[in-house]
Amino acid sequence: MTSNYSNLTFKGYRRENGRVGVRNHVVILPVDDISNAACEAVGNNIKGTLALPHAYGRLQFGEDLDLHFRTMIGTGSNPNVAAVVVIGIEPGWTKRIVDGIAKTGKPVAGFSIEQNGDLKTIQDASRKAKEFVHYATELQREDCPVSDLWVSTKCGESDTTTGLGSCPTVGNMYDKLIPEGIHGVFGETSEITGAEHICKKRAANDDVAERWYKMWQAYQDDVIEANKVDDLSESQPTKGNIEGGLTTIEEKALGNLEKIGRKCTYIDILDPAVPPEKGPGLYFMDTSSAAAECVTLMGAAGYVVHTFPTGQGNVVGNPIVPVIKITANPRTVRTMSEHVDVDVSGILRREMTIDSAGDALIDMIVRTANGRNTAAEALGHREFVMTKLYRSA
Amino acid sequence: MSVPHFLVHSPKDNVGVVVIEGLKAGTEMLGVVTETDTTLNLVAKHDIPIGHKVALHQLTAGDTVVKYGEDIGKMVGDAGEGDHVHVHNLKTKRW
Repeated sequence: MTSNYSNLTFKGYRRENGRVGVRNHVVILPVDDISNAACEAVGNNIKGTLALPHAYGRLQFGEDLDLHFRTMIGTGSNPNVAAVVVIGIEPGWTKRIVDGIAKTGKPVAGFSIEQNGDLKTIQDASRKAKEFVHYATELQREDCPVSDLWVSTKCGESDTTTGLGSCPTVGNMYDKLIPEGIHGVFGETSEITGAEHICKKRAANDDVAERWYKMWQAYQDDVIEANKVDDLSESQPTKGNIEGGLTTIEEKALGNLEKIGRKCTYIDILDPAVPPEKGPGLYFMDTSSAAAECVTLMGAAGYVVHTFPTGQGNVVGNPIVPVIKITANPRTVRTMSEHVDVDVSGILRREMTIDSAGDALIDMIVRTANGRNTAAEALGHREFVMTKLYRSA
Repeated sequence: MSVPHFLVHSPKDNVGVVVIEGLKAGTEMLGVVTETDTTLNLVAKHDIPIGHKVALHQLTAGDTVVKYGEDIGKMVGDAGEGDHVHVHNLKTKRW
């Protein structure tokens, strides 16, 4: 079947490994917290670079350390990134991240601080960053089919309007673009609680359904049961959710799941920051429901555009992935318009259908992919937040 | 069609969602069930903020509240038709 969506194209940056980016960042990536200062100094020296300071990278071990490396390497490997300078306190872990990113074929170089000091490291890394900026700024966008887009989703500061309007808008987009061969992903393991019976049924087959349910149950047992006080009160639903009219976690979950539309099924379950490997289609990633953590993990898995439905007005952004905000709440449009990319409040007034809202979102995804800065980009929202699984050694 | 005061996801639901700002008690409300595109009328008994729920008929403590055609929790207090339904009278059954 052909539709008017199959001829959609956008102008992107085709990288050495064939993936397509919609941004062209030169990233200065710290291996660990104590290398943030050097990275920020390089970012300040060389215009057109982007330092990504974060809070971790020392004395982590086991699965938590694996996730740290996966997030670092995945972020550097994201096709929205043209080239990467990596700075760490010592050469071993620095090289591990450089080698991981180098598999994409993009320019990457590592620098370490011990036996050099911050100042020499900053000088050497700045010279390399300058070379990378010259390289990146000569790259040209080219026409790419819509199937080259990897589009993630996660909602935030949900209210009852997200379930009525902005989440079904994202769902409608996936129903239209997944058949055209895009990669999609949703997650937020804790927020599916209350709609797990429905989410399980949306798996592509029994094997995926069973693996999804096992993953969800493990979260309940290992995280909720182990750490809860009496319930998830004050976090699920959040204070903002309750202000917006959401009362129970079931109600919140049912609204959240509207993001996967009516027809899509998810074809695989991904651990946090793991790139999908089963080809085009919709995936589920085991993530926290905290916005910045979730978007960071999806970016590290290679997704290049994020669609973010919000009710009460979550303002999150990401340094390398454009985050498109969609809201159906007329009060949020009225009071926080500078954060809204796609206003679908007409759905509540019955002036706009879910179908036309989905088309408006697809239009905004293509314009964003072509280079339009999102509200979050224009406002400087660059929340880059690592997911930490447990205490360090 | 005029602009509705509240929307209902499914004909199985016993609550709707107020979708206009500044709704006052006593307002004769127009509601739309989005799944079936049918309308219903109801008088608001409270000032209900945008996004908050309204009872479509009498609900008593222990009743299951249905939204999206699904169980979203149980009443822990009573609510008459047109009353505000939220954390003061509705709670998850899970915890």
